[in-house]
Amino acid sequence: MANKIQSYWDRLRASRVWSSVFRSGPGGSRLHDALAVQQNVFLHLFSVKARKRLLGFSATWYLGALTFAAFLILVITGVLLMLYYHPSVPQAYNDMKDLQFVVSSGVFLRNLHRWSAHAMVLLVFAHMCKVFYRGAYRPPREFNWVIGVILLLITLLLSYTGYLLPWDQLAFWAVTVGSNIASAVPIAGKHIRFLLLGGNQVNANALLRFYVLHCVILPIVATFFIAIHFWRIRKDGGLYAPPPNVVADDIQPKSAAASEGTLR
Amino acid sequence: MADEVKKKVVEPPGPGDAQLWRMGVEDERINWSRRQFFVKLGTASIAVAGLGTVVFAYQFLSPNVLYEPSLVVNAGKPQGYPPDSVTLDVANRIYIVHSTEGFYALDAVCTHLGCVTAWKPEQHIIACPCHGSKFNPDGTKIEGPAPKPLPWKRVWVSDEGNLMVDRGADVAVRQYVRV
Repeated sequence: MANKIQSYWDRLRASRVWSSVFRSGPGGSRLHDALAVQQNVFLHLFSVKARKRLLGFSATWYLGALTFAAFLILVITGVLLMLYYHPSVPQAYNDMKDLQFVVSSGVFLRNLHRWSAHAMVLLVFAHMCKVFYRGAYRPPREFNWVIGVILLLITLLLSYTGYLLPWDQLAFWAVTVGSNIASAVPIAGKHIRFLLLGGNQVNANALLRFYVLHCVILPIVATFFIAIHFWRIRKDGGLYAPPPNVVADDIQPKSAAASEGTLR
Repeated sequence: MADEVKKKVVEPPGPGDAQLWRMGVEDERINWSRRQFFVKLGTASIAVAGLGTVVFAYQFLSPNVLYEPSLVVNAGKPQGYPPDSVTLDVANRIYIVHSTEGFYALDAVCTHLGCVTAWKPEQHIIACPCHGSKFNPDGTKIEGPAPKPLPWKRVWVSDEGNLMVDRGADVAVRQYVRV
């Protein structure tokens, strides 16, 4: 039986249809595996090869990958929640309650979205600490650190805009306070608050604007920077961890060419 | 091939070129090739379009009509407020204060981060529940993180004899309205 499945599989992979979709075609060599990664629009962001040591848990604690996983869960659950949520003052709170008590699996999806959101903020922060204490921000990875800081800010903005959507007391006052913090910006503060809320108070316009920011604008911007972030890992010489058997005092900033694990 | 093309050195035009051009005087320093001229024209067009986009976006994102409650509040008859009383109107977020000197209205929104404050008659203070700012009944701060006192709002008596408050207009302190 297993042989039969294998032979069907092999036939499928040798077919003209398969090779028209997957450019690397059939084959199982090292070169072929590398080509399969390199010639795929999604996988080509990543290095075709990585050191086993850097794929172990201790090198990165998988914090970056876990952050991305949380983001994917948030996108999927968020899109599903959108099917039952109207961003309007009379309906928003009731829709949230409906999700909790009426919609099948609604409470599961809503809680999954909420907990993943908390987890993503936590993970992105832990990832930042890990990168910092490992010294993985040093040249040639400086710019990817900057991209990471931008992604941290986008994560916090996503968190903050999502906070208003349940339209309960907690959400209302949190955003009232938060938007007043924005108005503390010198000179332009009042204008920023007005543009953010679409008015002078946290009201229907603010709810709609936060909804659009939370569901459309910020996720698109985040996706854009995540792609750059991943691509830069490959370009800057792959994943980073200090070389083995190194005394901490010996670690000096290195050029890309000299750093261990360089694949350009 | 490329050597035969003589590159013309282009110096930036100095001040006064516009006047010379208007007088019909040819300035030999402006010696742009056709390509350079169109590149400059294109760059300038993109810059103008970009600036226009920014203005357009700012105007679009600023609503011209707001469906918010009116900033002018009818607080009812002055007789409804006993002497030496501080009354919180939660819906409109103002205090109507009837002091010995007369009536005045305070903004009930804390100047720290926008929470609605509360009147504590037993302590004779206005207190913010969020971060602990405390104010006197005249709006001056006693303690807490609030950066400014609670502003006084414009109060007048309408033709029907009702106390009116304009929440959009701050007035100087100690402007009492006697009824």
